[in-house]
Amino acid sequence: MNGIKVSTNNKKNKSRAMEWVKHFVRDVRKYIGLLIMALPTIILIFVLKYLPLPGMYLAFVKFRHQGRGFFYNMFHSKFIGLDNFKFLFSGGDTLLMFRNTIGYNIIFIFVGLVVTITVAIMIHEMLGETVKKVFQTFMFLPYFLSWVVISYIALSFLSDSGIINDFLVMIGKEPISFYFEPKYWPFILVVANIWKGIGYGTVVYISALKGIDRSLYEAAAIDGAKKWDQIKYITLPLLKPLVIILTILAVGGILNSDFGLFYHLPKNSGPLFTATHTLDVYVYKTFLVSGNVGLSAATGVFKSVVGFLIVLITNTIVRKIDEEKSLF
Amino acid sequence: MRKKKYDFNVVAISKRSNIVVSVIIGIIAISCITPYLIAFLISFASKSSIDMYGYQLIPSAFSLESYKILSLFGTEIRNAYLTTIFVVVVGTVLVLLITTTYGYVISRRDFRWSKHLTFYVFLTMLFSAGMVPNYMIITRVLNLKNTVWALIVPALVNPYWIIIAKTFFQMTVPKEIIESAKIDGATEMTIYRKIVMPVSLPVIATIGLFSTIGYWNSWFEAMLYIDVDYLNSLQYLLIRIQANIDFLIKNASLIGPEAQSMVQNLPKQSFMMALMVVSTLPLVLAYPYFQRYIVGGLTIGSVK
Repeated sequence: MNGIKVSTNNKKNKSRAMEWVKHFVRDVRKYIGLLIMALPTIILIFVLKYLPLPGMYLAFVKFRHQGRGFFYNMFHSKFIGLDNFKFLFSGGDTLLMFRNTIGYNIIFIFVGLVVTITVAIMIHEMLGETVKKVFQTFMFLPYFLSWVVISYIALSFLSDSGIINDFLVMIGKEPISFYFEPKYWPFILVVANIWKGIGYGTVVYISALKGIDRSLYEAAAIDGAKKWDQIKYITLPLLKPLVIILTILAVGGILNSDFGLFYHLPKNSGPLFTATHTLDVYVYKTFLVSGNVGLSAATGVFKSVVGFLIVLITNTIVRKIDEEKSLF
Repeated sequence: MRKKKYDFNVVAISKRSNIVVSVIIGIIAISCITPYLIAFLISFASKSSIDMYGYQLIPSAFSLESYKILSLFGTEIRNAYLTTIFVVVVGTVLVLLITTTYGYVISRRDFRWSKHLTFYVFLTMLFSAGMVPNYMIITRVLNLKNTVWALIVPALVNPYWIIIAKTFFQMTVPKEIIESAKIDGATEMTIYRKIVMPVSLPVIATIGLFSTIGYWNSWFEAMLYIDVDYLNSLQYLLIRIQANIDFLIKNASLIGPEAQSMVQNLPKQSFMMALMVVSTLPLVLAYPYFQRYIVGGLTIGSVK
């Protein structure tokens, strides 16, 4: 009895598998044009994004060159378990690095939010289309400059003989060596970051503001609401979903730091270390300056895993608030 | 007619608050361009005027001294320009090919594997191996170190742009047209060339622009993968000169005694600003025309 059942099941499975293969072959034929079109990109994505994933194993070994291919070398290097991670968290600068990375991100998120929304609402309410366009174009300039270029521009302001020090001397004050004094840098970094991003940031909110139904304002105005009340009771509540989504997504990247901002703008100056040291700077320096492959890889793995978890958690929260806006 | 007049009076802000708002926005807008303009003006300051008056907002005497010194390094700058232009042009063409074809394929709802291939690219947005494994793939597996391709290849696949392209094609190419073209016996290639490509100009403009800015301003790849002088891109040249301006002074002695004496009197900061201006001017002059495509890209991308 049992034997018969099994054999029919096997037969069923076999025919099902056959069916699947048949369908598969038929679909490959049917969509061969599309598959050919996508194939180069499929391969490229595999090589650039998936092939590096096994390389995360570098975090758990003491990498040694053995004159063979990379993967051979890696898998034949000595396994040291979590030693690299232990070292990462026992380092004297670990706390500083995490404090800076997370701290700056929180400041960027909140100051950025307040400034961007305020400016966006102001531009939106402003009269005169031409003036608006010109001002917005001005605000977009920094977006097109790299941090390297911005570090040059900053030099003409902050260097010992720069404009700010010239001014300080002129009014009879002591000049400041900006590149040696960390206490000014939290302010400089925040201002520079907002300065670079304001043009792009406001555009996002302005397009949302344009989508708000004008009749809401008209109705409110007829009821005697002043502009200020209209902003408080119509504009801001309607922007709230976008604000929440963008903020939560920004929180998802809380371990990321703009390498150019923290490395080039302070000219990689040693004395500024306490104010400018972040995780990404650490990953770069341990790898390319100190040549510590394992430690750098371990930091990268930690960043990727924790970053991934944060994105998953934030996405779940976003989905609870507004399913449409969630990432997946 | 009546309504228009009405809402102008009621909804618009008052003239007085408009002035206040305009002044505030004007100050912010101007402070976004002045740092660049000041750096631009400093590039025209001569050493003597700096020694006497320091860095003035408007130099008392305009001089082309820095640009003359810059021209001594014409070969380096020309090489950096050639590298950068090659990377921008070839990189952007490849990015556009990759992004639009793949974006189109995964936009086809009737395609059996469109969901799988969307997930395949989407996953790379959430999780990355990190700098070291990527470095190993580029240098040890693909052997691209110290080639111009090391500046192009790492940025070829951008999952965000692919998703933007996908959304765009889903909105602009009606599936009925594709179906009827298929009934008429058109191959996928023909459909792509005759139907899809002609309508994809907006998305090509937007992504092409993002890619152009990205490649023009990229420096991280050069820092990681380039050790040879002849492959310096503009951004990397800026990095190397800022890190070590003596690098230039040392090279100047090779050019000749005249150059050496000029470099000794180098108005260092004007010289650096002149270099900065030379390497950014094309983009800075073109960006007002580019800007609207970025806005266009944001609106395409915002529709999920």
